[in-house]
Amino acid sequence: MLDIDTIRNDFPILREKVYGKPLVYLDNAATTHKPQSVLDRVINHYSRQNSNCHRGAHFLSEQASAAYESARESVRSFINAQSPAEIIFTRGTTESINLVAESFGRKFVRADDEIIITQMEHHSNIVPWQRLCESRGARLKVLPMNKKGMLKLDRLSKLITENTKLLCVSYVSNTLGIVNPIREIIDLAHRYDVAVLVDAAQAVQHIPLDVQEMDCDFLAFSGHKMYAETGIGVLYGKQRWLEAMPPYQSGGGMIGNVGLRESTYAELPLKFEAGTANAAGAISLQAAIDYLQEIGLDAIVNYENELINRAVESIASLEGVIVYGDFPQRCGVVSFNLENAHPYDVGMILDKLAIAVRSGNHCAQPLMEHLGISGTVRISLALYNTPQEIDKLIAGVEKCRDMIGSRYVTTK
Amino acid sequence: MSINDIQDDIVTTFDELDDWMDKYEYIINLGKLLEPMDPALKTQANTISGCQAKVWLYAEVNDGKMYFHADSDALITKGLIMLLLKVMDKQPPATVAETDIYFIDRVGLSSNLSPSRANGLASIIKNIKILARKAI
Repeated sequence: MLDIDTIRNDFPILREKVYGKPLVYLDNAATTHKPQSVLDRVINHYSRQNSNCHRGAHFLSEQASAAYESARESVRSFINAQSPAEIIFTRGTTESINLVAESFGRKFVRADDEIIITQMEHHSNIVPWQRLCESRGARLKVLPMNKKGMLKLDRLSKLITENTKLLCVSYVSNTLGIVNPIREIIDLAHRYDVAVLVDAAQAVQHIPLDVQEMDCDFLAFSGHKMYAETGIGVLYGKQRWLEAMPPYQSGGGMIGNVGLRESTYAELPLKFEAGTANAAGAISLQAAIDYLQEIGLDAIVNYENELINRAVESIASLEGVIVYGDFPQRCGVVSFNLENAHPYDVGMILDKLAIAVRSGNHCAQPLMEHLGISGTVRISLALYNTPQEIDKLIAGVEKCRDMIGSRYVTTK
Repeated sequence: MSINDIQDDIVTTFDELDDWMDKYEYIINLGKLLEPMDPALKTQANTISGCQAKVWLYAEVNDGKMYFHADSDALITKGLIMLLLKVMDKQPPATVAETDIYFIDRVGLSSNLSPSRANGLASIIKNIKILARKAI
């Protein structure tokens, strides 16, 4: 069992009041808050060891480099990669995906080749592939969803041809919270020799990840959605791919020798980390991993699953509410609408009740089109949310229904 | 009643409403009163982009006054449009173009003007002014 009171105390922002009311923060899929231990480690880094990593030979630079590489080791261990060489620090999921699109794309994708994405992807896992296909004359194919919000996996083997180079799929949908059967998808793709990139942005904070067991070729996630700072993210790649891929950006830190006409590149992982490293970000990510592991991922998963089930049940039991997606276990996220109400109206009213939710298309317009709507109200949970907060949400949604649906009209 | 008298009137109305829920209830109810827009006017050209909610805006000039037709698929946005039209509708183009819309700030709705707010209130005001300048 999680000690929620203690956990909530770890997050200073949760003591903030919004419009004079205690904050109910249910927008964790957008970004999570940071525990004091993460904030302290960042302050400590800047107060005691700040220096440019992998540059100077002086004491502080050694300290900062060691801390940065220790953070990389923490990430390696957290997702069970084989080697720290497979862990590339990026700005976030978006940059991780762009790195693969640019670098893997330049090396391995030619005219008439194919990339497969799915209908439920976040724009970050759509647009880089559109641009790649456009620039290479390659073809973008889409694995569709069914009415319940699940991927039509039986279509996948028909979609794959000998020209298919890469399949890009999210582990957890940021809009519906469905957990895709990632092992099954990866196994199927590998049977046809297709590499798989997993967008784990909405999984990493809710589900223990083991990249070796999953056998994915690439995996991307962001620090800020898992209690670390903004501006730090991770690209995991199997070493043989990363070795074969050309650098993404170029500049300082990623080179071996530089002549004026040509240069050699650094070994992995620095080959993909041009420019000054975001050491504070990496250290905050390590602190977040430490925090999660101290509490225990299994306990977190159990608690969050219980809470999300309670949320779905309560929301679905409200009259005049449509919950999107029909599948057994949601992860972190529930999307819904009030009948005849625009999600924006619901989001605005909930905001005035100090309940933070997301309303809109959640950067997943193709998914919205599939559902035949322009947007939803989305709540997304973190380990510090409570059943009482779900109760407040439910009361809030009822209030929205009364306000939006009421026939009472003031005079002009 | 001058255009600023109307703005002051709105400020007084909002001052009399106790809390934010009452203010939003008022805006929502105003939204319900917005006259339906002729569907033929809901064209791509009359769509204001950059809003989370869809917004359409069209104006015609008759006898030196501007007549606005506007709609949105979100009620709060419709209510905000109603407030703007209370002030701007049936005014001469030059007045619409030149008037400082200060009531938004005074009633505490200025957070709706920030670019991050999805209702596009700032875009709506900008487009109203553009239409007015064209009509001068």
